[in-house]
Amino acid sequence: MFKVLEWFEKSPLLMRDVYCNTLVELAQDNEDIVVLDADLVSSSGMKPFFAKYPERAIQCGIAEANMIGIAAGLSAMGKVPFAHSFGSFATRRVCDQIMISAAYAKQNVRIVGSDPGITAAYNGGTHMPFEDMGVLRSIPEITLIEPADPVVLADIIKQLAVLRGVFYIRMARKNAAAIYEDGSTFEIGHGNVLLPGDDVTIVASGIMVVEALKAAAILRTEDISARVIDMFTWKPIDAGLIEGCARSTGAFVTAENHNIVGGLGSAVAEVLSTTFPVPLEMVGVNDRFGQVGTEDFLREEYGLTAENIVAAAKRAIARKV
Amino acid sequence: MGIGQEAKELQVVADGIRLVTLRTFANLGFGHIGGAMSVIETLAVLYSGELRCDPQKPGWDGRDRLVMSKGHAGPALYATLSLRGFFSKDLLSELNQGGGRLPSHCDMHKTPGIDMTTGSLGQGISTAIGLALGARMNGLGNYTFLILGDGECDEGQVWEGAMFAAHYKLGSLIAFVDWNKQQLDGFTREVMNLGDIEAKFSAFGWHAAVVNGHDPGAIKAAIIDAKLETEKPSVIVLDTIKGYGCDFAEGVDGNHHMTFTAEQIDNAIALASQRLEASREAASVGEG
Repeated sequence: MFKVLEWFEKSPLLMRDVYCNTLVELAQDNEDIVVLDADLVSSSGMKPFFAKYPERAIQCGIAEANMIGIAAGLSAMGKVPFAHSFGSFATRRVCDQIMISAAYAKQNVRIVGSDPGITAAYNGGTHMPFEDMGVLRSIPEITLIEPADPVVLADIIKQLAVLRGVFYIRMARKNAAAIYEDGSTFEIGHGNVLLPGDDVTIVASGIMVVEALKAAAILRTEDISARVIDMFTWKPIDAGLIEGCARSTGAFVTAENHNIVGGLGSAVAEVLSTTFPVPLEMVGVNDRFGQVGTEDFLREEYGLTAENIVAAAKRAIARKV
Repeated sequence: MGIGQEAKELQVVADGIRLVTLRTFANLGFGHIGGAMSVIETLAVLYSGELRCDPQKPGWDGRDRLVMSKGHAGPALYATLSLRGFFSKDLLSELNQGGGRLPSHCDMHKTPGIDMTTGSLGQGISTAIGLALGARMNGLGNYTFLILGDGECDEGQVWEGAMFAAHYKLGSLIAFVDWNKQQLDGFTREVMNLGDIEAKFSAFGWHAAVVNGHDPGAIKAAIIDAKLETEKPSVIVLDTIKGYGCDFAEGVDGNHHMTFTAEQIDNAIALASQRLEASREAASVGEG
């Protein structure tokens, strides 16, 4: 069960600190938790874990493919590995290792990819994953999660310490929004309806959840009632919720900090087109590469704004038959 | 029993595996014959005592693990596991059959006795490292054995793993490189020259040795040496001939994956039977 805060603002917590602290806490009781990193321990905020549990913290050097394979082998020995790199290198660089050593071999591997999309900011196009979820989405049996705030992240990490399978967590490293009340819990595979609404459904994820909420507030001033969903699980996508919202609102907008090709918009479109087709507009990166800049610059550059969601909502509503 | 006699008996085991492997391929009319034939002596040595296992309990925690990273040699391993008692000989007829339990490349969830799923080259070294590290963390004294192809060493991941295993002093990891000098497109020296494999691993900080990969006694001695090395991972470079012991495949071009006629395979099986008889004879003479 989750409760939504009344006012959304930046959380004072760094996501990476939440990731580290949660694992430090879990590792006290669960001796099988193992953390792997590829020369990004300082970036991932995992130094305290490495200091506290040196025998369970594995520095792999800049060798991500090897890291994923090692994580798979460790899981075959009963370990509970969490492997981190920047999102691009934790996914597109090691797609085959995730596919074969982890997923096809039915291992239990948790992969954390940090700096999703424009949050890579000054690291620029080489480090800016607009493709990470898309690259992994066609791998069977994998679970893809993008926590929008520290409360979701902490709860998901706790769940993944117990669940079996291959999981990818798309994690912002720095301050995310504060959306949920402390102590909220979440169900993987189920979208969270944050706001009720009847005219259009906005399905958002990650940093776009707050933009979607802002968009809903703007739409409300124009007497348009928008339902907002935090679809933190991209795969398996919550098909039941999508179909239900299609039937009750008749129009959709997706909002993602990712390429619209192969991303959340595609996942929603796959469900809509095969269940209850309604107009769908996608806000996201329009099949482009990343580049350097501040997050604010990049948000404008790629159109990842509340204003674009508002415009998309109006287009979707106008297309209703 | 002297090492000479033991080697003769191991050769009997190897020739038995070779015969069963050829019979397993026979009905299909095609297969990865070359790379299966070249690792058979090593499999014979491993499954005659150097690799701790219990065929009645394939999931036993205390077992040593084998990662057949050159997963296309699965059929040789299947024949070995069957002869060792992991499963009935009847199961061998499922090789490459839709819905069957013996896929062309090893799958730990389909075949009893397979410790790791493999087939995408270069990945087995990393999963083997994970197994070895996990065993060490669990306080178990298991060895993890790894069989790499020589062509497979083209993959960069092999060298990522090589660096890691030495850095973490994984003495319980014992790798083999099946140096059969051929890969799919031709001879390794022409496709991608590997240079001196032993020297390369030595330079990465491994204990390295080269042995005749068709001499079971030499392989066994090298494994015993490797087990004495506790601070470094070990690699045993197996000087082998691709297709060894299968006359139509041995050392010929294009023997990575090949088709064959019934006559060819029947002839190869007959020769392998004769060879098994001869090695049995030699072993029993030695014993007397």
